Amino acid sequence: MIPHAIFFYIFSIIAIISAIMVTVSKNTVHSVFFLILDFISISCLFIMIGAEFLGMIMLIVYVGAVAVLFLFVVMMLNVAQQKNQWFVSKENSSHIPVGLIISAIIFFELIIVIGGWKYRPELFNANSSQITNDVSNTHSLGQILYTDYIHIFQISGMILLIAMIGAIVLTFRQREGVKTQSYLKQISRERSEGVEVLEVPSNRGVKIDD
Amino acid sequence: MTDIGLGHYLTLGAVIFSIGVIGIFLNRKNIIVILMSIELILLAVNINLVSFSIYLNDLSGQVFTLFILTVAAAEAAIGLAIIVVYYRNAGTIRVEEIDNLKG
Repeated sequence: MIPHAIFFYIFSIIAIISAIMVTVSKNTVHSVFFLILDFISISCLFIMIGAEFLGMIMLIVYVGAVAVLFLFVVMMLNVAQQKNQWFVSKENSSHIPVGLIISAIIFFELIIVIGGWKYRPELFNANSSQITNDVSNTHSLGQILYTDYIHIFQISGMILLIAMIGAIVLTFRQREGVKTQSYLKQISRERSEGVEVLEVPSNRGVKIDD
Repeated sequence: MTDIGLGHYLTLGAVIFSIGVIGIFLNRKNIIVILMSIELILLAVNINLVSFSIYLNDLSGQVFTLFILTVAAAEAAIGLAIIVVYYRNAGTIRVEEIDNLKG
């Protein structure tokens, strides 16, 4: 139990500090770096308490795809001159103290709910999809993901497809002066506009490029 | 102190959730940081689901975490695409300069 506690405190302290640094750091690129650190420490926690598949998937999806996507966008947009703006507004707006107070209230409500929560003893192990130690985490997850949750699984695939189409449609733009292939024009060429039969006079040749 | 239970993980989730909410409320920089705060909030929800799943010995929490991951990835892609298009049209993504709706 002691090593579990030590690793839990190490990873959770790193996660909390990097989450704070995501919101307060002045440079957006540093925010993305701390977001990556946060995801990595949380996935270490997942692996530690026995959800190995989700920990690995979080590493792949979040660190490998989402955070790198954020980094690309931050590098693409010119946000370098937009730093040093935390807690500074043009006019004295009142929403900063209100936002702090509401965030504190949300936090204390969550803590009250967590602290006052008691489980009925028959709640444990009273479910249909129990975790067994016979097979690995990935194996058991796949066994219920492709049977009980197959429709939701397919719908999540549709969500990813629609997101991909939406992102392409949003960011696609036609530029002027870019030479591209026109498939329709290439396919619909007739023989008459491609080939020309000429009478060649002997000893004089023929000019073709005019 | 050395006996880590469900409450510890839920507290970690609550802390990260609140940090994400603070990041959304108090942001004065650009919209990308707001999107990152939304990712933090989804991460806190994932922590809650996984810890409940482990401690209540029920696998369906991890399945739902998988679907939340899917939705989070789709949401990040669409949000970043919208930000890129907005930056191309308006030339800025600072929060206080995005006031086209005059709200």
